[in-house]
Amino acid sequence: MNQGDDMTAELFTGAEMVVKSLSALNVKYIFGYPGGSVLDIYDAIFQQDEIEHILVRHEQAATHMADGYARATGEVGVVLATSGPGATNCVTGIATAYMDSIPMVVLSGQVATSLIGNDAFQETDIVGCTRPIIKHSFNCRSLADIPDAIAKAFYIASTGRPGPVVVELPKDILIPQNKGTFNINTDVKMRSYNPNIKGHPKQIRKAVSTIKSAKRLVIYSGGGIVLSDASHLLTELVETLKAPVTNTLMGLGGISGTHENFIGMLGMHGSLEANKAMANADVILALGARFDDRVTNNVEKFCPNATIIHVDIDPTSISKTINAHVPVVGLVDVVIQQILDELAATDFTPDEEVLAPWWQQINLWRNMKSISYKQDENEKIKPQRVVEAMYKITNGEAYVASDVGQHQMFAAQYYPFEKPRQWINSGGAGTMGFGLPAAMGVKLAFPDKHVICITGDGSIQMNIQELSTCMQYNLPVVIVALNNRSLGMVRQWQDMVYGGRHSSSYMESLPDFTKLAESYGHVGIKINTLAELDSKLEEAFSIKNRLVFVDVLVDEKEHVYPMHIRTGAIDEMWLSKGVKA
Amino acid sequence: MRRILAILMENEPGSLSRIVGLFSQRAFNIESLTVAPTEDASLSRMTIATKGDDKILEQIVKQVNKLIDVIKITDITDRKHLERELLLVKVVALSDKSRTEVKRITDIFRGAIVDIGKQIYTIQLTGDADKLNAFIDTLRNETEIIESVRSGCVGIARGEKALRI
Repeated sequence: MNQGDDMTAELFTGAEMVVKSLSALNVKYIFGYPGGSVLDIYDAIFQQDEIEHILVRHEQAATHMADGYARATGEVGVVLATSGPGATNCVTGIATAYMDSIPMVVLSGQVATSLIGNDAFQETDIVGCTRPIIKHSFNCRSLADIPDAIAKAFYIASTGRPGPVVVELPKDILIPQNKGTFNINTDVKMRSYNPNIKGHPKQIRKAVSTIKSAKRLVIYSGGGIVLSDASHLLTELVETLKAPVTNTLMGLGGISGTHENFIGMLGMHGSLEANKAMANADVILALGARFDDRVTNNVEKFCPNATIIHVDIDPTSISKTINAHVPVVGLVDVVIQQILDELAATDFTPDEEVLAPWWQQINLWRNMKSISYKQDENEKIKPQRVVEAMYKITNGEAYVASDVGQHQMFAAQYYPFEKPRQWINSGGAGTMGFGLPAAMGVKLAFPDKHVICITGDGSIQMNIQELSTCMQYNLPVVIVALNNRSLGMVRQWQDMVYGGRHSSSYMESLPDFTKLAESYGHVGIKINTLAELDSKLEEAFSIKNRLVFVDVLVDEKEHVYPMHIRTGAIDEMWLSKGVKA
Repeated sequence: MRRILAILMENEPGSLSRIVGLFSQRAFNIESLTVAPTEDASLSRMTIATKGDDKILEQIVKQVNKLIDVIKITDITDRKHLERELLLVKVVALSDKSRTEVKRITDIFRGAIVDIGKQIYTIQLTGDADKLNAFIDTLRNETEIIESVRSGCVGIARGEKALRI
C-alpha cells in the first residue's frame, strides 16, 4: 500500500471490482460460461445476489442472448467469457451486434499479463480478433483500470450509434492476492468521444423546405427509430405529413404494421408498393436507415429523380452508398422533434391536392397484392400460412425472434408488428443460430409475454444446445420451426440463379425435433397437415410454463416473393416464379 | 488524388492498430503514415498520406473520426500547409571526383552528410516528397545508392490554424 492511501478504506480484488462495477451500472443479468482465466470473477459472482449469471451451453449463445435482451429492453447486454476459445466463440455474436448497432459489453478473460504474447494456454488476442467488429475495446492491465474501463464501456456501448465493446481482463489483476480501493465514476466524460445529438438548425430548415416542396414524398425508416425509441415521433411525423412510410427489415415495428400509411417493408423481399414508391419518389426522407445493399439493389439505378434527406447519428452512414442531398447528423428522435417543431413554426398543413394523386398511385401498386401466396387445402402447408396463424393466435402482440433464411423473410412479411422491439432479428450480419438464444434473452426480460422463436431446420441446429439452458432457467419460449428439410434460402437461390443444382442445400438425417425437445424436458408438437395447423398451434401457445417446440412440415418448394431482380433498380422485382413486376 | 490528413488522438495502447486496421478493413490506401507523441504525452499526432477520390476521402475522414480514440482529424491538403519528410541515404563514395560531386549535389539540395565511411557517405535531407524524389534521381546519375530510408511525410497548417484540443 502506498503512502497517502486511505488506510481505513475497504480493499477489493479485481474480480470483486468487476462485479461491483456492473452493480453500480444496474446490471441485472450476465450471460456467460466459466473457464480458467475468469474463475475469480465467477467466485465473486457466487458471493453476491444482485446480479444473476445465466449459464449458456456455448459462448456464441451468450452473446446472442445478451443481444436479444438488449434489443427487447434497450439496456446494455452483458457477456462474460473466458480467454482463448471462450472469447473467440463470442466473435460471431459480437459481429452480429455490431452490424445491427446493439449495445453490448463483452468481458473477456485473458492470461496473466506476464504471459501475454507467449502463446500461453488459452491465450488469444481477443482485442485484436474483434477490432473490426466492435465500437471500442479496452485492455485492462492493472486493478485501477477495471472500474474505469467498465464504466466507459457501458457509456460507449449505449450512446451515439450503439455497439459492442470488449473489455479484456487478465487473470493476474483478478486474483485474491491483489487488492485495491474501489472507485467508479458512472458519469463518464471523454474528450475524444462526444456523440453529436442535435441536428444542425440550418440543415433542419433545409430538410423541412425540401419536404414541403415534395410532390411524391416517401419516409424510409430503419433500425435507428427502434434503437432510439422514436416510434411515437415517427408516427406523429407520418400523420402530420400524411405521407407513405416504409420500414427496413431492422425498422419493422418503428410504425405500426397496420397503420394506414404503412406501405410495408422495402428492399430485396419488400412489398412492391414500398419499392415502387421509393423508385417514383421525388423526395426520400431517410430516418435512421443506411441504404444497405439489400435495400437499394443496384446503386447506379437507385431512385434517380429523388432528393434525399438523410438523418443519422453516424456521419459515416451518410453518403456512403447513396449520396445525400440534405445530410442531417443527429439522434433520430431529437431530429424528428426538430422537424416537427419547424413544421409547426412554419404553419405546415398537408396539401391534399398534391397528396391525392400520389396516394392514388400507391394504392394501385398496393392492389397488386405482392405479399400473397396460394394455399390449396390438400397441399402441404405453406410457410406463410404458419406465420399468419401465429399472428392471429398471439393477436399480433408477441415478441418474435427470428433465425436467418426464408422463415425470417416470411415473418417480416406476414407478421405486422405493432410496436418497436417486438421484432428481433439479425438483419445486418444474417447470423444463423441467432434466433433461439435471442428469444431466450427476450423471455428472461419479459417472462409474461409470448416469445416466439421462428426458425428453420437449418438455423435451429446452429444453437440447439441451448434447449438445455431453457430448461435450467425456465425460459418457456415457443419455437416454431418451418421445417422444409432443406436450407430454403440457399435452395431458392440455386433454383433461381444456379440452374436448380441443389449443392449441399438439403438436410439429410434430420433429428426428430419434437423428441429431441422432449429429451431436454420440453414439450414437442409436430404439425404435418393444414387441417391440424391452427388447433395445434393454439395448443402450443396455450402451454404457459413449458417450452414448446413446434415442428411444422412445410412445402419445401415455396420461394420468398417478391424478390429483387439482381442488378436491377429497387422496383425491378420477381412477383412469383417467372413473373416480373 | 493525394491527400494529407492530420490526426490528433489519445496516446493509448492499440490506437495505432485501430487506424491501420480501419484502412485495411475498408480497403483504403495508405501511402505513408507517421506517428509520435506530442508535447502533451497523453496525445499522439499522426500524419497520413493517402489517395482516393472525393467520395473515398469523405469516408476516410468520417471513419477515422468515428474511432473512439481519435480527437480530431483534418485534411490539410487544400489549405496552406507545410509538408516535410526526412530522407537518410547511403551512397558509394569512392573516387575524389564522385565524393566532390556528391558533396556538391548535397549542398545544392541543402542536405547534410551525416556519416562517412571508407567508401560511403550517408546523407540527410528534409523536404517535401518532390524534393526528395528529385534528389534521389540526381544522386543516381552520379553514384550507386546502397540503401535509403524515408520517414513518410509530416504536415502542419500554416498561420494561425492549429490542430489542438
